[in-house]
Parts: sequence; C-alpha cells; structure tokens
Amino acid sequence: MSDLDTFRQEIRAWLEENCPPEMREPVRDDDDACWGGRNFKFKNEAQKQWLERCAAKGYTVPDWPKAYGGAGMSAAEAKIWREEMVRINARPPLSSFGIWMLGPALLKFGTEEQKVHYLSQIARGEIRWCQGYSEPGSGSDLVSLQTFGEDKGDHWVVNGQKIWTSYADKADWIFCLVRTDKANKYQGISFLLFDMTTPGVSTKPIKLISGNSPFCETFFDNVVVPKDQIVGQLNRGWDVAKYLLGHEREMISATGGGDRAGSLGASLARHGALEDPVLRGQVALFDVDALAFTCMSEKFMDEVKIGRGHPAQPNMMKYAGTELNKQRLELLMSAGGSTALEWDSEETEGGALPRSWLRTKANSIEGGTSEVMLNVISKRILELPGA
Amino acid sequence: MPLYHNDDQQMLADTVTGFLAEEGGIKKQLRHLRDTNCQDGFAHALWKQFSEMGLTGMLAAETDGGLGMGHVEAGIVLKEIGRNLTPSPFLTSSVMGVTALADASADLKGRWLPRVIAGEGVLAVAIDEGAKHRPERIACRAEKAGNGFRLSGRKDFVVQGASADAIIVAARTSGSDGDADGLTLFAVPKDAAGVGHNSVRLVDSAMASHITFDNVELDGGSVIGEVDGGRALLNKVLNAGRLGAAAEQAGVASGAFDITTNYLRTRKQFGQLIGEFQALQHRAAHLYSEIEIADATVIKAQQLLDAGSEKAELMVAVAKAKAGKASSLAVREGVQMHGGVGMTDEFDIGLYMKRDRALAEFLGDQFYHAQKVAELSGY
Repeated sequence: MSDLDTFRQEIRAWLEENCPPEMREPVRDDDDACWGGRNFKFKNEAQKQWLERCAAKGYTVPDWPKAYGGAGMSAAEAKIWREEMVRINARPPLSSFGIWMLGPALLKFGTEEQKVHYLSQIARGEIRWCQGYSEPGSGSDLVSLQTFGEDKGDHWVVNGQKIWTSYADKADWIFCLVRTDKANKYQGISFLLFDMTTPGVSTKPIKLISGNSPFCETFFDNVVVPKDQIVGQLNRGWDVAKYLLGHEREMISATGGGDRAGSLGASLARHGALEDPVLRGQVALFDVDALAFTCMSEKFMDEVKIGRGHPAQPNMMKYAGTELNKQRLELLMSAGGSTALEWDSEETEGGALPRSWLRTKANSIEGGTSEVMLNVISKRILELPGA
Repeated sequence: MPLYHNDDQQMLADTVTGFLAEEGGIKKQLRHLRDTNCQDGFAHALWKQFSEMGLTGMLAAETDGGLGMGHVEAGIVLKEIGRNLTPSPFLTSSVMGVTALADASADLKGRWLPRVIAGEGVLAVAIDEGAKHRPERIACRAEKAGNGFRLSGRKDFVVQGASADAIIVAARTSGSDGDADGLTLFAVPKDAAGVGHNSVRLVDSAMASHITFDNVELDGGSVIGEVDGGRALLNKVLNAGRLGAAAEQAGVASGAFDITTNYLRTRKQFGQLIGEFQALQHRAAHLYSEIEIADATVIKAQQLLDAGSEKAELMVAVAKAKAGKASSLAVREGVQMHGGVGMTDEFDIGLYMKRDRALAEFLGDQFYHAQKVAELSGY
C-alpha cells in the first residue's frame, strides 16, 4: 500500500469518527455555513464541534503550513482530503474570506510576523474578515478608487467609502485597498488591514432584490491605521489586490459557481418536477454542461497545484462557473412553477428558492463582471490586439 | 490521477503533433484526396506511415502485437487528427475495430489485427440503421444456419465501408428489434457473397457506405465474443468510438479556434484589426472557455474509461455532447468571424465546419448524448 493510500485511510477513519452527522447534510444557504469570528453564533453544537475538531488538526486549511495553523498537507494529500470530504458529504468546517482570499495573499506577500499572527487566527476561525475593494465610483474600474490614507508618520488616517463589502456588518477586520499616492494610479494604492471596531468605521447593510442584505456600504471617517498593518510594500497594493482577485474568482467559481455535485435532472425528477419534456431536455443539456464543468474544476485545481495553466485562467473559471450557476437557478425556478414564487411561506422556508435565484444574479457581477472576465481572457490569454 | 498528460503522454503528443502537421495537413491530405476524387476517402500511404509511427496498434495488447496503451494515448492522436482534418481509418480501425477484437478468438484476431497494425488493412464498423444513431434498436438479423449464420439486413453510415477488409457488424441473433439482449457481433469479410455497397461521399469528403446483406453466409468463426450476448461488447466499442470522436472534435474545435483568432489578428476593417473589436473579443473569449471545458471533460472521460470506472459511460456521454457543442460553436463562430472569405472554398475554416458536422452525427449527436446523460442519471 502506498503512503497516499495509508493517508487516505487515516483521513477516512478520522472523518468517520469526528464529523458529526448534522455536518453531513447539504449546505442549503449562507446561513448553514460556519463563518467564525468574535460574534458568530453557532447554529448548533455539532457546527461548533466540527470547527474545533478540524481547527485542532489544522484541517480548516489543510494545505497551509503547520506553523500558521494548517495541516501542512502536500497537493496530493490535500486532494485526498477534499475527495474524502466529498465522499461523506461533509460540510466545510469553516467558510471564510480569510481562508479563500486574504490567506493566500498573506502567504505570498505577508511578513513572518503577519503570517504567524493573522493566518493562525484565520485557521482557528477566530477573526472574520471582510474585503474593502469596490467604491461607489469604482466598480469594474476598480483601480480608480478614491478612499485615501493620509500619511501621519507612524500611522495613516483613512477617509472614504467602500461598497458591496460582503458581511461588513458581521466582520471583525477588513482588508482594504486605500490610495496612498494620488499622483500614481496603479502604483498609488496600498493594501491595509484594520479592525472594524476602530473609531470612525461604520457599516450600513444594502437591501438587495433577494430581500437579504449580504452586502454593506462601509464608511471610514478619520480611521487610524498603524503602519505595521500594511501587506506588501507601500503603494504596491495593486499587486496584492490582483493576486487576491485571482483567488476570489476561483472561490466564486467554486462556491457561487457551477461546481455542484450531483445531477440537477435527477433531483428534479425525484420531486416529480420534470413532466414537461422540453424542460427535461433543457435540464439534460444543462447537466451536460454542469458535469463538464466539474471536470474543468478538477483539471484547473490539478494544474494550479503544479503551476501549469495560464495565470489568468481563474477569470475563465469565474466566467463559466457563474454563468452556469445562473442558468441552474433559472431551470430550478421553471421547474418549481408557482411554488417557486412564494416569498415568505413556511413551506418554502421563507422563499429560499426565489431568493437564491435572485442572489445568483450577483455571481456574474461581484468579483469582476462576466464582461470584465471576457476582457481579461481576450487580453491576457488570447492576446488579441488592442484588448 | 491528475487531469493532464504525464511525461510519456506529453512526449507522444509532441511526436504526433509534428508528424500530423507535416504529413496529415489539410493541403497534403484532405484537399488532395477530395480534388482527386479518391474513392477511399483516405490515403493508404499515410495509413502505412501511421503504422511505422507505432500508432495503428496502440490500443491492442502487447501479446497481440500492439502497444497496450489506453484511451488517453489514442485521444492524443485523435486530437491532432481533428486539428489537421486528417482523413484516416484510425478511429474506426485502431480504436473501434481493435476494441471489438480485443477479446475475440485467436483465429479472428490473427486474421484481422496484424493487417491493421501493419497499416495494410482497414476495419469498418456497421452499427447504424437509418439516418440517426439508434443502437438500442438493431433489426439487421443473423439466423442460425448449420454451423454458421445467414445475415440479412441493411446498415447505414458505415465509414470507409467499401475500403475495409472486414466489416464488424452488430446483428440480431434472437429477440425483437428493441431488445437489449440477443445481439451478436460478426466480422464479415469484404468479399463475402451477398454484401452490397452503395458508397457515398459525405459533406466532409469522407466516404461511407449503405451496406445491404442479402443472405450472407458466415461461419461460426466470424462471431466476435458471445452469441446473443453482444450488447456489452457493442457498448464497449461504442464508448471507445464515442470518446475517440469527442477527442477528434476537441481537435477540430482547437484547430478552428486557432485559425480564427489568427484571422482576428490580421484582418483590418475601419482602419483597425478586427480583433480589437470588443464584440468579437468577447465571443472569442467565450469560445475559448467552452473549448477548455470540453478538453477537460474529454481527458477525464479517457482516464475513467482506461481505469474501468463505473462512471466512465456517463462521462463518455458528457464528453461526446460537450465536445460536440464546443466544436460546433467553434466552426460557426469561425465562419462568421471570417466574414465573406469564410464562405469560400479557398479558406480552410469551411472544411472545419463540414468535418464538425460529420463528427457530430457519428455515434450520436449532442441531443442523443444529453438524453443518455439523463437516463444514466436516473431521469
């Protein structure tokens, strides 16, 4: 038996013993996910246990080094970990922008002190992070951002406004793009970290068409940020931002994207919702695309692990994954008929389906619109002229 | 297993890419064969070269004189065949034919395999009856007669049927047309009495036969595998062929995409390169994404089929449908983005469109395979 086979058996045995049954139920919406943080209310004891057990072993971030709270798994081991998780339908122990976005950026650009301090907190789910990127006047054209940090010697004083900050009202800390040089567009931005309880920080949830408020407006009014809370070099935050955006796009393509296990048609048929032969045909064609995309996700991850594959490929993944997910929800709505229109009835869990349907419309807008993704593919991968 | 080629496979890909770009190119093969009205639809000389390169027997077992490779390796060859639109018997002979004969009697193997591996002989596969691929219904019938069988019926879309040394025929030996059981595969020699060919040229300049079998006498030795138990073997041959066709379609898509994006980089209108127009950039980027996904699906299905996974059949259907969708999009966008010259015979993009259409029909189009995905998923 090879080392990897032994490893798989160990993982399988550990999961069998430690993953509570409640944590093997499918995640239905954001509410089911464990986000961690200072103020997080666990949905049940099982969720808390699952996080604690995983964190103790470094399994919340299996491929991070042990020194930073990970399990130090190799690429092949991490793949086995994911496969074994999928095999028993285990929920991720921790959902976290810290893991998906800030972590990879810190691993690449952070100082040793920053890595030890921030990454370990992330791994244990102690600090919940939000991302301060977009501004009212800077959406797709992110680099035009105006939030300004004035140099005051040993600290900056930050003023400005962010928008579409996911869960800013629930987050403990923010990683934030701040202009530190007004004369330089690309090389005048710094990547700062600060506590959301710092005086001068305030948030205001934005009500969306889904009726939910996952996003906030975030305001900075003379917020003091110490100089050691910068990641990377002064005025070179755009490099960090771009690197992190790559990971954000991977994340959206994987979670808000089309990479869902299981056949849409099979689950609809179980609920007797595929009587219409034309709809059934559409669903079958969708399942072809969805299954094909699971192959793409696997190949993409395999290539990332060995540094093969185009560096701009996450843009393609984000584009394809989010467009697919929107299509999936359109089909679910069609199959659901008038039941899928109910907005707050108990039978529909408070209109879970129509709210999810509306939520998916943001998938191809947030983290870079589909149109921006296509621009990037044209420019960086296809190298088309003038793009 | 990671979803990319290992070092050996990459070496094979490099060799095959060079070989087919040099010897299998559009001008040298497809256009030449078409313009000289070649009745085989492929060049025997190139087939011999395939053999010299060790490609003809790559799927055959080493004990049968082959290389014992798998569908990932065969797919590498087929992708380059697709990219160069190279007419060849590789898919029907070296993939489907060899798969059909893998577990056949020593006599049968000895009779047909060495000729294929030597690049001297060709096998054709006769499955379809009617204009659409519906292998669930087989009406072509072989009645028991003495120690052998008497075959009667009709087969359509038998690619290179008139050029083949032997035709592998799926026929009914018991039961009714729609039964899963009761099928038997036969290797019918081309000179058997009662075999009638109506050979037709297809839209992609390939040759295919409508074949009639009129009381063709076959001895028991021409049976491949079990009498009445041929469905499993037929499915094996179909999976190999479908996945091979999917790999070829991925190559067609990739070839069409490359010449189209090159055109976008050179053609000027309104004083600028047309590749500068965002309307075209976005469509090209979308097409890129579809082709990448199709490629990933094809290699996943190849690995599953090689591993004998129970998920292989589902993923083969996904691959044939997805590669078909991507390839179809590539040729349609290709012709449109070429504008007027895309309609001319002089430019190659139209040849890609024709080849894509033929491959789409071969062993089931995207609608057939989407239906298959639905069935295999339980709806």
